[in-house]
Order: sequence, then C-alpha cells, then structure tokens
Amino acid sequence: MDMLKRAMESDLYWSFRQSPVAMASAAVALSLILASIFAPLIAPYNPFDPASLNLMNGFSSPMEPNQFTQDVFWFGSDDQGRDVLSTILYGMRISLFVGFAAVLFAMIIGVVLGLISAYVGGRTDAFIMRIADIQLTFPSILVAMLIFGIAKGFTPVHLRDQMAIWVLIVSIGLSDWVQFARVVRGAALVEKKKEYVEAATLVGRGPVAVIFLHILPNVLSPVLVIATISLALAIIAEATLSFLGVGAPPTEPSLGTLIRIGQGFLFSGEWWILFFPSVTLLLLALSVNLLGDWLRDALNPKLDD
Amino acid sequence: MISYIIKRAMQSVVVLLAVGLVAFGMFRFVGDPIDNMLGQERTDADVERLRELLGLNDPFIVQYWDFLTGAIQGDMGVSFRQGRPALDIILERLPATLELATVSAVFAMVMGILLGIYTAINRKGFVTTTILTTSLIGVSLPTFLIGILLIYIFAVELGWLPSFGRGDVVDFGWWTTGLTSWAGIKSLILPAITLGLYQMTLIMRLVRSEMSEILRQDYIRFARARGLTEKTINFRHAVKNTLIPVITVAGLQIGSIIAFSIITETVFQWPGVGLLFIDSVQFVDIPVMASYLMLISVMFVGINFIVDMLYLAIDPRLRDGKEG
Amino acid sequence: MTLLDIKNMRVEFPGRHGVFTSVDDVSLTVAEGEILGLVGESGAGKSTVGNAIMGLLQPPGKMVQGEVILHGERIDQLSKSDYRSIRGKRVAMIFQDPMTSLNPIETIEYQLVETILTHLDISREEAKKRAVDLLDQVGIPDPHIRIKQYPHQFSGGMRQRVVIALALCVEPELIIADEPTTALDVTIQAQILQLIKDLCRNRNLGVILVTHDMGVIAETADRVAVMYRGRLIEMGDTDQIMHDPKEPYTRSLIAAVPPSNKKINRFPKVAIEESDGNALQNFDLQGHWLGQGDAFDTSHSNLLEIENLNKRFVIQDAFFKRNRKYLDAIKDISFNVKAGETFGLVGESGSGKSTVARVITGIHTANGGSMRFAGMDLTGDVSAKQKSQVRRDIQMVFQDPYSSLNGRMKVGSIIAEPMIVNKLTSGKEERTEIVMDLLELVGLGKEAARKYPHEFSGGQRQRISIARALATRPRFLICDEPTSALDVSIQAQILNLLKDLQEELKLTLLFISHDLPVIRQMCDRIGVMRHGDLVEVAETEALFERPQHSYSQVLISQMPKFAK
Repeated sequence: MDMLKRAMESDLYWSFRQSPVAMASAAVALSLILASIFAPLIAPYNPFDPASLNLMNGFSSPMEPNQFTQDVFWFGSDDQGRDVLSTILYGMRISLFVGFAAVLFAMIIGVVLGLISAYVGGRTDAFIMRIADIQLTFPSILVAMLIFGIAKGFTPVHLRDQMAIWVLIVSIGLSDWVQFARVVRGAALVEKKKEYVEAATLVGRGPVAVIFLHILPNVLSPVLVIATISLALAIIAEATLSFLGVGAPPTEPSLGTLIRIGQGFLFSGEWWILFFPSVTLLLLALSVNLLGDWLRDALNPKLDD
Repeated sequence: MISYIIKRAMQSVVVLLAVGLVAFGMFRFVGDPIDNMLGQERTDADVERLRELLGLNDPFIVQYWDFLTGAIQGDMGVSFRQGRPALDIILERLPATLELATVSAVFAMVMGILLGIYTAINRKGFVTTTILTTSLIGVSLPTFLIGILLIYIFAVELGWLPSFGRGDVVDFGWWTTGLTSWAGIKSLILPAITLGLYQMTLIMRLVRSEMSEILRQDYIRFARARGLTEKTINFRHAVKNTLIPVITVAGLQIGSIIAFSIITETVFQWPGVGLLFIDSVQFVDIPVMASYLMLISVMFVGINFIVDMLYLAIDPRLRDGKEG
Repeated sequence: MTLLDIKNMRVEFPGRHGVFTSVDDVSLTVAEGEILGLVGESGAGKSTVGNAIMGLLQPPGKMVQGEVILHGERIDQLSKSDYRSIRGKRVAMIFQDPMTSLNPIETIEYQLVETILTHLDISREEAKKRAVDLLDQVGIPDPHIRIKQYPHQFSGGMRQRVVIALALCVEPELIIADEPTTALDVTIQAQILQLIKDLCRNRNLGVILVTHDMGVIAETADRVAVMYRGRLIEMGDTDQIMHDPKEPYTRSLIAAVPPSNKKINRFPKVAIEESDGNALQNFDLQGHWLGQGDAFDTSHSNLLEIENLNKRFVIQDAFFKRNRKYLDAIKDISFNVKAGETFGLVGESGSGKSTVARVITGIHTANGGSMRFAGMDLTGDVSAKQKSQVRRDIQMVFQDPYSSLNGRMKVGSIIAEPMIVNKLTSGKEERTEIVMDLLELVGLGKEAARKYPHEFSGGQRQRISIARALATRPRFLICDEPTSALDVSIQAQILNLLKDLQEELKLTLLFISHDLPVIRQMCDRIGVMRHGDLVEVAETEALFERPQHSYSQVLISQMPKFAK
C-alpha cells in the first residue's frame, strides 16, 4: 500500500496524468499485449490447426461472407483460408515474446557489463568498451543478421525451424546490449563519483554490495528508458528479420512473416492480407516508442521543455 | 596531435583485425569447409590431403595469418552457391549499393540537420509539433513498411515511379550508374527516400536535442547578455557547437545506411550487395557473408577515421589535446 | 546621480505547485560610481532581480509588476530588439562560472570583436584594436598573443577577466555581477574584486554585486541591500548594515557569519530558518550505546600520526610507463593529530587537502610514507579484522549534502546501514532505537527515519550525514568542507552541532576547509597546504596573527575581512 501511495504521489505519475499521449499509448500497448497473451481465448480460429482450415475460405474480403462457405472474417482471410485476425493475434504473440526476451537478454548482459566497466575501470573497462565500440561501428540489424547467419550454420538442418525463435532472441539481444552497457556505464560513472558511494565504502561495504545495493538502484531510470525504446526497436528488428526471411519460420509466423507473405498480394488486390498485420505492427511499435519518449522526458527534467 | 592521429589509426587497424577474426572464425568453424568442397564419395585420404592443402592442420594463428594475407590480396574464398570468387561477386554489385547509399545519405544529412535546427529554435508551435509527431511515427515504422507504403502509393496507385530494379544502367566496366538516364533516376527516388528517411529522423532528433542542450549553456545566456542578436546566437554560436558532436554520430549513421540498404534492396529488388548478403545468409554461403562483412568494415572504419579527423580539425579543445 | 531605479518589482514563476513569487515588491536604486551589494541566502531572489533588469528571466518567469528605470528611461517595457540594444551596450552582466561563460570553440578575439561590432559602428580593424586594449585594461598580460587563443587556454581567474572585458566592451553604464568570484580561489577572488572596484571608480560605473558572501560585500560594496525569500528586508550603507543592522533577520544573518578576526566559542542562535530541534538535550551519552564504543587507548597522545605521506595519480595513461603523466596530489607531508583536538587543513582548490582525507580513510592508497592510528600502522600489512576496526573508528562527513546520501534509501536505512554491516547491534529492535536516538541527537526528530533524503533541505541532509558517520561509534571524524555548500545561517548551526558532538562524544576532528574564518572558529591547530605540500603547521591564533610561511601570509592577507 505504501508503495502504491508513493507511486501515485510521484512526479512520474503526475507527468503521466499530464500527458494524454502517454496515457493513450499505454492503453494501446497494454491492450495489444493482453490480446496476444490471451490469443488462444480471443482468436476466432486457431490458424495453425489444419482441421479448422478450409481452402474454400481463401481470399475472403473483410466483413463479407465468403461466397462458398458464408463464413465471415473480420479482417478477411489469406490464400489458405486462414483468418487474418487470428494469425495476427498469434503472430503478435511471437513478436512480443521475441521482443521482450531479447530486451531482457540484452539488458542483463548490458547492465552487468556496464556496471563492472564503470566500477572496476582500468583495463577491464577499456576492454569491454572497445568491444562495445567495435560492435557499435556496425548497425545492430546487421549484427543480428550476422549472428543469425552464423547460428544457423551451427544448427543442424532438421532443427533450424524449431530453433529459429531462440536464435532470433539471441541475435537481437546480442546486437542490442551495447546500448545498455554504455548508458549504464555513463550513469554509473556519475554515481560512482558521488559521495554516498564513498560513504558506503567507509562504513564497510564491499565492492559487490556497493555496486548492487547503492549504484544499481540509482542507474535504473535510464535503464528503464533504454529498455522501453529497445523494446520498440527489438519488435521492429524482429519484424525486419522475419520480413527478410531470416527470422521466424513460416510455421511460426510473426508479424514480420505475415507482412512478408502479404506483400505478395499487394499487386493482386487482396490488400487486407498485408494491411492489417502492418497496421498492428505500426500500432505496437508506435505506442511503445511514444511511451519510451515520454518516459525519457519525464525522468530527465534537464531535457524537459 | 600527431600521436592522436596515430592512436586513432592504430585503433582502426585493431577493429579491422577483430572483424577479420570474426570473418575467419566464420570460415573455420561454421560448417565444415571440407563438407562444402568434397561430395559424398570421398575417402579419408582425400579429406586429409585437402586439409593439408587448405592448411587446416596448421596452428590457429598461422591459419589466421594466412587468411589475413589472403584477404589483403583480395582472396576471400569461393562462393558455395555460385562457385565464383566471393569478392568478384560483391564488387560487381557494389556500385548499385554505393549509389543508393550516397543519395540517401545526402538526403538524410541535409534534411535531418535543417529540420533539427528548425525544431530546436522553434520549440513550440504547429509546424514543430507536426514534424516531431511525424518523426516519431517514422521511427516506429520499420523501413520495409515505408518501402511497401511508397510502392503502394507511387507505383501501384499513381503509377508514377517504378517499384523495383535500377532502370537503365550504363556500364563502364568498373562501375555502373543509373544516374545518366531519366529511368535510372526515377528508379532511384523511392529506394533512396525509403533508405534515408529513418536516418534523417535520427539525425534530426539528435540535432534537436543537442542544440536544445547547447541553448541552455551559460555562454549562450552570456551571449544574450552581451546583446548579440538571436540570429547570431542561434546560427553562429549554437549551430557550430551543435554540429561538432553531431558529426560523429552522423558519420556512424552514414555507415549504417550501407548496412540498412539490405532491407531497402530487398523491398525494391535493388541489385546491390545487400540483396546478395540476404541471399547468402539464407543459404549460409559463408565466403560471401564474410567478404561482405570485411568490405563493409573497411568502409565503416574508413568513415569513422575521417569523422575523427574532421572532429580534430573543428574542435580547438581537441586540437590541443585538452578536454574542454 | 541615480543611474538605475527599480520600483516595486515583482517576478513570478508559474509551476506545478502554483505560482512561485521569486521577487516580491523590491525597490532599490543604484547611483553612478556606486557598488550596491545585493546579498541574501539561497532562494532569496537576488539573482532573479539581476536577470529581470537584463530582461533575461528564464521562462516561464515573468516580471508581473513594477518598473525598471535606467537614467530616467523606463526599459522593462521595451520591445525585444530595443531591449537587446541595451544589453551589453548600456547594461552588462558577469556570470558566476567563468569556465562556462565563454563559447569554447571561438577565439577570445572573435567573441570580443563580435560584441563590439554588434553595438558600435566602427571598422573591424578598429574593433580589433579596441579588443586588445580591453584585455590590457582588465590585466591580461601579452594581450596581442592571448587574444588569438581559445577559452580553454586560460585559467579560471584569467577567464573571468576575459568575461569582464566582454562586459566592458561598449562602456556600459551599469554592470550586474552575479556571484562573480564564488567559483574562484581566495587569492584570485581578491584580485577580481579589486578590478571591479577600480573599474567602477575610474569609469564611474554603477555595479550591482549579487553575492551570498558577507565578507565580499564588506570588502567591496558601498551600500548593501539584504534580501530574504523574495523581499527586500533592509538597505543601507555597508558600515551600518554590518555593524548596526536594524532588522532582526539581518542581525541574525550577520551574527551567523564567522568573524575573521577572532575566535568565538559558539555561534549565536539564528531565529529564522529551520529549527535546531532539541539537539543534544535529554541525552546521557556516557550511559548510551553511543558512548560505549571501543575502549579508548589513552596511552597515545597522538591519535593519528602521518609521516612523509605521498599520493600520486596517473592523469594520463600511456602504454609505456615513461609516457604516463602523473599528478602528485600529496608530497611528503607529515603531521600529527592529538586525541580530542580539532586539526584543520586549509588550502585552495587543488592543494591536496581532500586527498589527505581520502588516503586516511583508505579510499585512496598512499604511494609512500606511513600512517599510524591509535598506535596501529595503517600502511603496512594489516589484517582484514584490524582494517574493518579502523574503518569503524574513522568516519567522514562529506562536502555535498546532495550527493552524499543515496536518494533511493530511506533515511532510517541510511543510518542503520553502518550498524548492519559491522554487526554492531544485538538486533533489529535495538538498531531502530539507536537510529531514532541518532536522529534526535542531530536535531531532526524520529519521523525523519521514514522519509527519503530529497524531502530534506541541505542543512538537514548534512545532519543526516553526521548521524550516519556517528553510527559506527567512531573516535575520529573527518569533516571535508562540511558547510561549503550551505547558507551561512545553516552553516552556523552545523558548526555548533559538530562542536557539541565533539565535546560530548570526545571525538577527534580533522576539519578540512578553504574558508579561513570557518577554520579559525573550529580548529585548535591548523596545517596550510599548497600544491600538495604542507607548508606550515601552527596553533590557530598564532597562524592568523603571525603567519610564518610566505604563502600563509598571502592567504591570510587576501581573505575577505569580516570583523566583529
């Protein structure tokens, strides 16, 4: 209760209530996340259950009864008669799962390395930051593709589709840790110079306790900002990789895979197969991005304008 | 100052060696080169002879050295798929990508910096709000969706511009260009905007936040107290101080454009190295992947080095080896 | 003749918690050739007055009432471009921090010429000549050469001279100097103040000197205006305000200023500002947990003995050792601190005095020399147990109350942490009780334990910091500039508290400060440091009356005199 009361009284909550954009994007992001979590309950069909598919249902327009079966699909159906709404809900599940898992992965690596780099300093710092610099020379999407390609080389052919999602998480995660490490290192260096860190050492705290009990809680707000923005980037990265055909396999299509499939029907008039997954992806990325943008302004009064 | 240049040059070499190590690691450990070269009907003696021939029995460091000296001489192995030297395949595709990347980079830099300065000076107002909101949507739109959207509007609906390919291309033997014909230029417009838009947004937001920060500095307040005009303060003092840090990041962004062209090239079926790379990832064609990586690295490192030298030329604090 | 006339100025800042009135009904005048000192503690609104005159209030701040009249002409209602032609030409401003007031990427010449050409219709060549003359007038040697240089090539004091030259570019009638010497060392401060005084006399300028420092005011100003929470409390001749203030606030403010010419036992209580609580009352410290620390070994009259201590930092690393650049922060210094005394270390920034503290506490490791604490060698091989013992016995109160407390921890946890880490209490209950007692002891009250640091003012935070330091039951307390970030009235309370605690708990104090009057009030003996050397150690009164070393003499002659 105390926590809740403090949260309600905090400046962050106040600024949240002041920003209609933040509230709207939080609502959109939250509903999309909930919709994908409960996809099996909400989705009208299970698009991956061959028994429920009927090829006769192929290419149904949105909201119109199919000419053969009279089935109605809100967002239409694709060439194989799959309900587009259902594939989107299931696809979003994969997109979000990959996004969250990759950000978590990147965050853990980045925060730990960033803290070590800042606190230990010297050669350890130089080594970690040099690796980060080298990786930063290359855009993360390229790094992710390379890691994906290499990992694919290592995976036995018959396991490739099964492992694809996990490979995807690792590639996006590994391509994104640098952001966390750099931000955490920067913030931790500022904190390290503050006198409370010296005070903690003076009362007898060891280095590990100082790092995790004192410095870490004070660098969490930039981490939160980066994590939110990274989530949007990871969702986009996943969609991009899948769109390029080097991400989620057709057996487990994510939003990017759906758009890849839909692109094929752009010129033949079945616009809904492409349109609805694209709009969903945009809503998801935009709402998370807007939240991250608001969070950055709210947590950094210096940049407030 | 000389020592700084030498230091930066050495760092560039270290980066290239590290990337070389990754590329070499790909050759050596991803998939078995022997499997790729010999068919099913092989004998142990064949395998052993080939191992010896390829130097696979040498110590790791010797192999790495051989790889590096080979790479410097342009030997990056043979494509598993096409059976031709990987570097040749890449080099004949390179002009298409460089042409696309250069046009987008100029577009992204010019527009990004101008819009960034505008929105930093005019913090409120309809135009600024519109630009910023649009830019946020721009950042949230994956590049491939922008491409598809542009294709839908300008190629499918309006039919003004082509949706794929390079149009008419003139071949000089060592270079190909589409800039000499109207069809080539028309083909370039959509891919260049698609590729540049994201970078433009990033540069704009960077310039804006950097300049807002500068405008809050004491020396800007002091400049006001000295009675200088807003025009002088904004365009002389603030812009110059803003552009110094922006150069570094913008330089990195230009490098990214070459890599991001992978996506744009896929959407527009642009016959550049990006499209080639994506194919090689799908088919695990390691020599092509590795060559692409090495080539891109050389370009990135080169750009970074030039940016650093520019920085040195502009910032007096750095020139004296002092921190400001 | 009246140069500037401010009538009923009111400045408001609308914000989240309503409208904040920063300046409330302030009226004052400045005559030609006069220095008006505008003095007050933080939040008094003194800088806002200066910004309002310049028309440079930070948005959303706004002057909502009143008039600013310059030479009979009302200027506060001028259009933007008309106002701009006054700024720098008729009214100029000098900021606090010379390190950030100049554009780092343009030469001094560019910035001077640009200002001159903005206001005067002369040729570029003439402007360049004028710029060189200006640098010469503000006392910059070799102006021909230095004018081609960039700001980072100047020291702090020289930069402030450049800033003054920029302010003088077009012969303004009025200069507003906002804390012009606060960021500078004592010796440079004296020079800059002298320069401002000379300019005022020679050019018949009006100067508004905004500052929190009574010593600076006493030395420089002709008249003084005292502000408190946005209101003008009292205005009068400097002599009258300093020696015979009429208003109670002014009186208590003056009383809180440490006198430079004598040692007083305690500072008089300041009536306003935050209350002192009932610190140190109702406590039998001898019988309390706090009074029952480690057994006191009284066989050593010197609690701390330091001999030939050295500390060098690598300021620029290089691959080859010979290319590394070092800074010798402490060079071969030796001194002893007697049990129960207060030993002062005084010096300007960069003299190494804070490094001494950090070597003693073990935050930095010495490069040579020896330290003995209560007879135990601290530099040789010490067992982990002894080390933690010593750590417990030596605690520190830090300079910056805003960074010395972890903002994510409640005050109660901050004070309990030393006891938890060192397992000093039998259990949670005892610990909570001691935390409460400590909070009472430093005058904050029990409720403070449940709050977070940001809910407290600077002075209150410093009390929390003291309570934390006491929680290990130390015998040796290092105070590193404990009041330099505080207002003078708060400073007096904190200094009183430290004195009382020392007496009750029989603490030995190492008191580090750049502020000579404060050092004089607090210390029994003093060491003077300069560039890492300890140049003189003497009894307090002996040092102030008869400094031996030439540097001590300079330091003491340059300090702003505030006699009572």
